[in-house]
Amino acid sequence: MEIRPILTSLRKHRIPAALIVLEIALACAVLCNAVFMIGQRVADIHWPNAIDEQGISVVTVNGADPKLAVSDIPRNLVALRGIAGATAVAAATSMPLDHNGALSDFTATPNGKTTVNTSIYFLGSGGEQALGLHLLEGRFFNAEEYADSGSKDFNSTGHVVLITQSDAQRLWPGQSALGKTLYTNDTGWTVIGVVADVLAQDPRFSGPGGRYSSVFFPLHPDGVMGDYVLRSAPQDRARVVREAAQLLGKLESGAVVDGTTYADMRTDYFADTSSMVWMLVLVCVVMLAVTAFGIVGLTSFWVGQRRQQIGIRRAVGASRGHIMQYFQTENFLLSAAGVVLGTALADGINLYLMRYYEITRMPWYYLPVSAVALWAIGQLAVLGPALRAAAVPPVVATRSA
Amino acid sequence: MEEYEMFGYYLDLALRSLKRNRVLTALMVLALALGIGATITTLTVLRLLSGDPLPQKSAQLFYPQVDPYPAGKPFSRSGQMPWLMSYVDAMNLLHAGKAQRQTALARSRVKVMPKTQEGKPFYADSVMTTADFFPMFDAPFQYGAGWSAADDDSRAQVAVIAGFLNDKLFGGANSVGRMIRIEDHDFRVIGVLKPWAPQPRFYGLHLGGRDYGNGEGVFMPLLGARADGIGPSMMMSYGPGASMEHLETSPSIWLGVWLELPDASAVSAYRLFLADYAQQQVALGRFQKSRTALSGLMQWLRNEHVVPDDARLQTGMAFGFLLICVVNTVGLLLAKCLRRSREIGVRRALGASRSAIFGQFMAEAAIVGVAGGALGLVFAELGLWGIRHQPAQYASLAHLNLPMFLFTFVVALAASLVAGLLPAWRACAVAPAPQLKAN
Repeated sequence: MEIRPILTSLRKHRIPAALIVLEIALACAVLCNAVFMIGQRVADIHWPNAIDEQGISVVTVNGADPKLAVSDIPRNLVALRGIAGATAVAAATSMPLDHNGALSDFTATPNGKTTVNTSIYFLGSGGEQALGLHLLEGRFFNAEEYADSGSKDFNSTGHVVLITQSDAQRLWPGQSALGKTLYTNDTGWTVIGVVADVLAQDPRFSGPGGRYSSVFFPLHPDGVMGDYVLRSAPQDRARVVREAAQLLGKLESGAVVDGTTYADMRTDYFADTSSMVWMLVLVCVVMLAVTAFGIVGLTSFWVGQRRQQIGIRRAVGASRGHIMQYFQTENFLLSAAGVVLGTALADGINLYLMRYYEITRMPWYYLPVSAVALWAIGQLAVLGPALRAAAVPPVVATRSA
Repeated sequence: MEEYEMFGYYLDLALRSLKRNRVLTALMVLALALGIGATITTLTVLRLLSGDPLPQKSAQLFYPQVDPYPAGKPFSRSGQMPWLMSYVDAMNLLHAGKAQRQTALARSRVKVMPKTQEGKPFYADSVMTTADFFPMFDAPFQYGAGWSAADDDSRAQVAVIAGFLNDKLFGGANSVGRMIRIEDHDFRVIGVLKPWAPQPRFYGLHLGGRDYGNGEGVFMPLLGARADGIGPSMMMSYGPGASMEHLETSPSIWLGVWLELPDASAVSAYRLFLADYAQQQVALGRFQKSRTALSGLMQWLRNEHVVPDDARLQTGMAFGFLLICVVNTVGLLLAKCLRRSREIGVRRALGASRSAIFGQFMAEAAIVGVAGGALGLVFAELGLWGIRHQPAQYASLAHLNLPMFLFTFVVALAASLVAGLLPAWRACAVAPAPQLKAN
């Protein structure tokens, strides 16, 4: 296909051509950044979390009398174990993603310095099984460690701790964390096991460094435990949590009891993130539609204006295919110019956003991908007008307009 | 008179021309409406989030900060001042009484037990604070009043409740003097507030809980509530020996302090006092750093980025989108106008002036703009309806108000007139003769 006649013709229609280029450039710039933001948020929503998310349900009991916890918690656990389909039950102080942050600094040396927010979880007997923690090294707590443990001001009075893989690598890089001592100020606990990464109670508050920084302490029944964790087969969880909430509502009549499946808890935590994703998707779709209609409109006008020219070309031997190709190539050239301008603009917007928002550098491959997408949309949009142009019969050339 | 007639004539011509290309017109109006709908939706939300929570008073309200953190363990890596104050510092500032009014507060979730037999306990957001809270923040009372400084000191077991809680517990009746059971302790109701919920909840920043949405249900005297063992939602510690039970002596920050300073001289006097206070604490060995900060209410909201980033990004994106829609409308209007250069040529040859042609095309653009604005309003209402059904905490507040309604039309008209300028200019540049010759 000869490009020169197209360029000559475009030079005669500078303003409409410039408008198409500008529209494609703007669409490309917005699209790149929107898709990048969508990608980042989708990645957030899918943060892995090494507990049995599909099988866990949680019933929270708030406002129970803490003085009665020593006798009430074991009684409640016995009752919960009676629910058909509940394979493991335990009490705990908080859950990953429950917004109920209990954070502290943990270091590998006494009174060491760190900038990481670590989430503290206290588990009642059997908590490792109820959560479905993945043990990578060492062992879980034994009965003696559970019996010999307490909590004062959210510090464990026990002597052992389970840590996550991320913390093990951060605190003791290249070594095994087993048997090492983890410190807060000058209090130490022996690491007896390393588990796969569990999310923080509020990872957005904890920041990237604290997202997978979690420690687990054993705890005998204590008033600070407000969560009852039940594990079951995923298909049973809705019934299990309903029955458990009813049961605890009766047993703890003075408290406020709420039951939810862990899957719902996770959805809840990311609800505003996913609504932002849908908003961005909607904007992208509508924006591309507007851009496509703009191309259809301008190209249709072009075709209408050049009916006589097209007729002449057809009369002197051009095939329908030639005419089609002409408009497609023209659109290809305009899109190319738009995309070049657009990617530069997209990069500029990304740099600007990085300065003022928590946004990272856009990976380079976003640019060619959205460039190809806009090329494709341009070609699709031009198809209708191009077909209409190709349908112009040669005889039009002989008529006066 | 003639001017009006001419304008009517342009409108008539414009309507005729728009009717001739229904699809193209519909596309232009639709694109403009989508851009305007998106922009107005996000702008409404942004305005809602970044508004002044207390317009009549915000200029006189100030938030002081001091830094009790040890030099080796700073509050933040980036050198931010600690968000909150320790009990000792808060009480020192309150007792110094250097401002016209001053209050300290913490937020808490408390269990409320209805008096009726079948009533189930529930949790309510609450504020533990001191007497000046209500007059300082202009909290309006339906019944009764707030408590006094003497009630603060005597650890009185009294409470002010919000109207919605009064409806729930007492069926909306005047409940002053009635008892309410909070965290298994009896409190006497001494006041009921009218609906009151500053957006954002400036006084509750970093105290746990939500920044937007419904207000708190219960307000209790700080010392009285603490005597019952009610703890704050947010507590951060800066040294060993931090204890949830002994917060008053613990190296922990958990209180926000607010001051009412009527004028600039009061503000500069307080700045000096605060600097002196910090120096004193350094001398006493309580502090290692003597830095202080005193921010006005709006400055404090800006410093702490209370408006979510997502709301800003959405607005930016909506403006980008509107720009695309305007470029699109320019293109389509231009296409229409170029197609009609013969008609323009005829009109020019018959004596129409350049300004007449220009007026005709601007009228056409204006009609597109008004139609786009009207449809854009529908889209904005639809968008806000969508936002009200979102999980965000400010969702229920998203409503279009009158200024935004008018703004919609101004934006639409401005966008379409800008879009119409280029085509109109091109149209009036058409020379009469060659167009006729071609015929």
